[in-house]
This record gives sequence, structure tokens and C-alpha cells, in this order.
Amino acid sequence: MIKVQNLTKDYGHLRAVDNISFTIPKSGIIGILGPNGAGKTTTLKMMTCFMPPTEGTVFIDEKNIYQNSVEIRKMIGYLPEGCPIYTEMNVVDFLYFIAELRDIPKDSVNRRVKEMIDSCGLEEVVGKEIGELSKGYRQRVGLAAALIHDPEILILDEPTSGLDPNQIAEIRSLIKQLGKEKTVLVSTHILSEVEAICERVIIIDRGKIVADASLEEIQSSFHNQNRIYFEIQSKKDADILPEFEAIKGVESLQLFSKHEEDMITKFFINYSKDMDIRPELYNFIKKNKDWTILEMRTEQHSLEDIFRQLTEKGEEVAHA
Amino acid sequence: MHNIITIAKREIKSYFFTPVAYILMTIFLLITGWFFGSELFLVNEATMRNIFALTPLIFIFFIPAVTMRSISEEKRSGTIELICTSPVKDSEIVLGKFFAAFSLLVATIFSTIIYVIILLILGKPDGGVIVAGYIGLLFMGSAYASIGIFASTISKNQIVSFIVSFFIIMVLYLLDKFMYFIPTWLGSILQYISVDYHFQNIARGVIDSRDIIYYLSLIFVFLFFAWNSLTKRKYLST
Ligand SMILES: Nc1ncnc2c1ncn2[C@@H]1O[C@H](COP(=O)(O)OP(=O)(O)OP(=O)(O)O)[C@@H](O)[C@H]1O
Ligand SMILES: [Mg+2]
Repeated sequence: MIKVQNLTKDYGHLRAVDNISFTIPKSGIIGILGPNGAGKTTTLKMMTCFMPPTEGTVFIDEKNIYQNSVEIRKMIGYLPEGCPIYTEMNVVDFLYFIAELRDIPKDSVNRRVKEMIDSCGLEEVVGKEIGELSKGYRQRVGLAAALIHDPEILILDEPTSGLDPNQIAEIRSLIKQLGKEKTVLVSTHILSEVEAICERVIIIDRGKIVADASLEEIQSSFHNQNRIYFEIQSKKDADILPEFEAIKGVESLQLFSKHEEDMITKFFINYSKDMDIRPELYNFIKKNKDWTILEMRTEQHSLEDIFRQLTEKGEEVAHA
Repeated sequence: MHNIITIAKREIKSYFFTPVAYILMTIFLLITGWFFGSELFLVNEATMRNIFALTPLIFIFFIPAVTMRSISEEKRSGTIELICTSPVKDSEIVLGKFFAAFSLLVATIFSTIIYVIILLILGKPDGGVIVAGYIGLLFMGSAYASIGIFASTISKNQIVSFIVSFFIIMVLYLLDKFMYFIPTWLGSILQYISVDYHFQNIARGVIDSRDIIYYLSLIFVFLFFAWNSLTKRKYLST
């Protein structure tokens, strides 16, 4: 169990982390989300005992970062931002070095290193110098190093930054796998990442927590409305929008774009969550023979919108 | 102890990944070889005097060049986070780095054994003076190394580290060189803190505990400063 209490960090006059508190009970993947400079890395550095807070403390299973720093470090696997590793070492040497630092017993070192090479998919690069590896492989070496002592808690600072989509997908599935038995804390400023892997998300902005809830809770608390996107081609007249106002349940219409020549209109319909207007809509459009539906899809209010709302308001939003 | 060795081992390997260690050792052997040869053949004397006189000067450049990367580079590349978040004490990191530099120092100093062998073949050198000279070099070099390690903790820029350690060592070296211009009481204080004065004492063949204590304290003080400065990452922004 991780308990972060009133964590605060000042860099000179700059308050990078401002009185942050949260608790993580047991296993699962928790996202720490925030724009650049929000204080994510700073928070993680304090949790991993790299530097102490200006105020506040972190408990991990009743141990705290001041008195039990070494024990806490033993329980945590940490992938720092940018994945710093000794570029002049080769992969195996590096893993053995970390294994030694992590006090892995002599008789199980070989086995552990081998397991890491397997589970992080490093077979192809074992003998290579780390400086020559692609970013994706480098990141995997970093992960292997963070995992080698089989920590209960894994803290990953922007683990997929700078990777190509394939590599991102691989790392994410690896993280998901790990989240089944470990507590994984992932910092990121990419929303889709949180949506893809996290069960719970803590959003911070300018050093403060602005939301802390499960992914669904956050999404649904901002979803009083549903939204449908339409792309309709009309045979007669491009000005079709007003006709939709008559439909019961429609709360607002929002024009996206209108192409006069081919008479295509693209627009959104917002409607109340309590009422499903889709059958009604379908019947309405079917009646009108001049219209061809080119596209129709339900739109979620994206986490993007939520994030922007939360971080731009810059004020405390009710914790869930 | 185990962590110190792990850190030191990796550091020693890394010396030989960059050409610095090779270049320095070659230059060292070339310079000492030149002076050794000229003394042996021109003056026709079987002594190590020139080498013992020269090495402390060479070390003023040599040792900062060896130690400048040690912690600076870890800070620059961020690997400092890797070792500081593993269960290793800051003091173990400092000692590991120090012993790595010490090992390279020992290797360098003992590469000059070849000159001693030549002397033994060609003449009858004074064994006591030579042994004392080596002991002096080891202590003096270690003191320089502790200064170098300290300097490398204060910046992520290795050039800054080099300049700072070079400057500190230079000052400590020159302290007893301007004795004519200052009152005697001040002179004897300066003499006591000068690194070269104690080396000269040892190199004469007299190993006095006062000189040894001086070097050990210097090493201790600078390693303590290094530890303190490394721990300060916790409070300062760099
Ligand atoms: N070593 C430092 N010295 C001074 N200020 C710092 C230092 N590290 C971070 N900061 C400042 O503290 C604030 C928070 O930085 P932090 O790196 O924690 O943000 P972050 O959320 O990790 O951002 P990013 O998404 O860009 O990684 C920023 O304003 C940053 O400029
Ligand atoms: Mg960051």
C-alpha cells in the first residue's frame, strides 16, 4: 500500500509539487496524468527516495521515506524519465550490474537475468552496446532493470515517450501484464495512454491534484450528454440543420462544416443521456428521400476535453 | 562493501570504454620514460629521483582528468537516478568512485616499475628511497583523487569538474612554494597544509606518521565533502 501525504516540493521559489495526497491500496495500474511541468516527475522522484520532499511524506506499507529509505528502495522498481542507462555497457553486463546493486542472491542472478531477457523481449540484443539500441529496445532494457528484483511496486515515468506506435503497443501490453500482480504507477501526459492501460487516474496540474478517480468515473462525470456525428449529402439543399431541431430529445446542434458544391453537411447532435434518440433519428432521416448518410457515429466526449477543462480551470475539482 | 565493489568495478570498466585512460597512461609513461632515460644515460645515475619529482606535477593534470567524469557524467546522463534509487548508500557511491580512481592510479604508478627493474639491472639503486617514493605517490595520488571525486559531484559538466579539482590541487601544491615572502608562523601552517611538502618528506625515505595522517585526513575530508555534495541533490535543484 502506498500512502502519499501532503507531499510538497519547492525548487527555490518554484513550488513544483503542492500538497499532494493520495492512497493506492493494492495492485493495479494507476496513471498520473498532467501537462508538461505539472510536477509528475518531481512527485515520482520523491516517492522513489531520490530526493526528499520539502514537506509531507510517503508511506509504503508503514515504512516511510525518511526512516526506511533503503527498504523502500528495495520494494520499488523505477524507470526514470528518459530512461537513463549507461550507454557504453552492453545489455547483459548492464543487467548483471543492476542485479548486483539490487542484491539478488548469487545463485539466482543468472536465472533472473535470463527471465528478464525473455519477458522483456531482449533476446536479439543481449550482446549489443546499449548506445546502439533503438529507443524501443532501450526502454525495454530500462524496464528489465526496473523489474529484475521483482519489486511489488513499479514506478514508470513516461515509459512510452518517443516510441513508435508498434513499440508503444508492446510496452503497454507489457505494463498491463505486470499490472495484474503489481502496483504500477505510470506517469504520462498522453491521454490515450491512460485510457488504454489505467484503471485509475490522478490528474495533476501545476503541482496540485485536480482529479483522482477511476477512469469510468472521470469519463462519466463529464458525460451528461451524448453526441452523434453526422455526414449527410442532400440532393436539394445543403441547409438541412434546422430540420433536426424538431426531433424530440435533441439538445443542440453543432455545425462542423458545409460543402456547398456537393451539398455535404457535417455536424454534431448533442442529446441528453437519459434518452436514446438514435431510433428516432434513423426514422427521421429515412423519411427524407433526398438525404444520403455518408457517415454516422457516436462520439464520446473525449478525455481530451475533460483534461483540458480540468487543467485549464486550475481549481480543485471534487475528489471522487 | 559489496555495493562499493559493484560501483567501482563498473567505473573501472567505463574508464577503458573511453580513450581517456589509455591516452593518459600513454602520456604518463612517455613523459616519465623520457626523463628517466635522460637521467640514466646523460647523468649516468641510477635513481628514480626525476620520476618522483615529476609525477606529482603530472598528477595535477592526470588525476582531475581521470575523476572528472565519475559523478558529473552520471548527473548529466541521469544514471545518477538509477543508482540513487537502488538500495545503495550515497557514501557507498562516493567510495566506489574513489576506489575506481584509486585502482587506475595504482596501475599507473606501478607501470613505472619497469624503470626500477632497469635500474636494478644496470646499477645499485637505494631500495628504501624507492619504496618510500612509491608510498608517497600512492598517498598523494589518493588525496588528489578524493579532491577530483569531490569536484565531480558539484557539476554535471565534466569540464567544470576538471577545472575545480585542478584548481584546488594546484593551490594545495603551490602553498609551500612561496615561503620567502611570508612570516614564518604562517609559513609553517602553509607548509603543513601543502601536499608537496609531505610528499617530499616521504620521498626522502622517512615515513613519518604525521605525513601519513595528513594525507589520510585530506582524503577523508574531501570524500566527506563529496558525500555531502552528492546528498545535497536532495536540497538543491541540480
Ligand atoms: N531540478 C530542477 N530544478 C528546478 N526546477 C525544476 C527541476 N526539476 C523540475 N523543475 C520544475 O518543476 C516543475 C515540475 O517539473 P516536473 O519535471 O516534475 O514536471 P513533469 O510533470 O514531470 O513534466 P513533464 O511532462 O515535462 O515531464 C517544472 O516547472 C520544472 O520546471
Ligand atoms: Mg516528467
